[in-house]
Amino acid sequence: MISARKLAISGAALVVLAVLSGCGEREQVILYQQGKYQGKPDSKPWESAPGDSLYTSSKWTKGDKSSWESAIRSRNQSQNEYVRIGG
Amino acid sequence: MARMKFLCDAERCIECNGCVTACKQENEVPWGVNRRRVVTLNDGVPGEKSISVACMHCSDAPCMAVCPVDCFYRTEEGVVLHDKDICIGCGYCFYACPFGAPQFPQAGAFGMRGKMDKCTFCAGGPEIDNSAEEYEKYGSNRLSQGKLPACAEMCSTKALLGGDGSVIADIFRDRATKRGKGAEVWGWSTAYGKPDQQQPAKGPKS
Repeated sequence: MISARKLAISGAALVVLAVLSGCGEREQVILYQQGKYQGKPDSKPWESAPGDSLYTSSKWTKGDKSSWESAIRSRNQSQNEYVRIGG
Repeated sequence: MARMKFLCDAERCIECNGCVTACKQENEVPWGVNRRRVVTLNDGVPGEKSISVACMHCSDAPCMAVCPVDCFYRTEEGVVLHDKDICIGCGYCFYACPFGAPQFPQAGAFGMRGKMDKCTFCAGGPEIDNSAEEYEKYGSNRLSQGKLPACAEMCSTKALLGGDGSVIADIFRDRATKRGKGAEVWGWSTAYGKPDQQQPAKGPKS
């Protein structure tokens, strides 16, 4: 008799938990602001370290924007054949 | 500050589609989507000109202006990117873009459109840099690896230049000055000789 009551209580508790789990749903509607980017923030390319990926010849200091820019500028010169193979 | 731009030299492009192939391979672009393509004017006529076209990463991008869900953003380097988690695939950006850059993969039967896909200047998207999620949604993030777009770096004739706008403008200006114009652009010495040893163009035989 007692075990049946315990069983009923635990069953009811499980039902309540299952029903309540539906209330834990995340917000699915974006709070819209006209003309403003609504998506996720993006990280900056200079926040990665040069060693994070394979086959990278460019060298810069992680987090230093100016060093990344100078690395990109020097790599850009490989598209200048007057520099690459000599004028 | 670097402002990333593409520049295509119509005098050099030989319509090899190497840039298209490089982009497809680097980013594993799905079938039916062309982030970059080569357009030829007066095809088959002597003097035809080809240029390679993709997203031009406009400073005042019309796609950003018309997007009803504002999924576009511009990075500090001037690259126009978008968040695919928000894109609803409406196609407004395709109508607004003067270059036809936004592409829509087929997402099901009856021509159903998927989320918009376009050139990212090999800068990925709003996911963790060089993560599997970023690669799956947006492709390779070469900028965060200190590299430049695969299309420009793979271009065999260096017709397509990509990178910091001021740097590629200098490269192009230097090139245009050295090669001359008109008939001087063509010929053996231009192709195989050094620019300072170019022979003057000969006139027609009398």
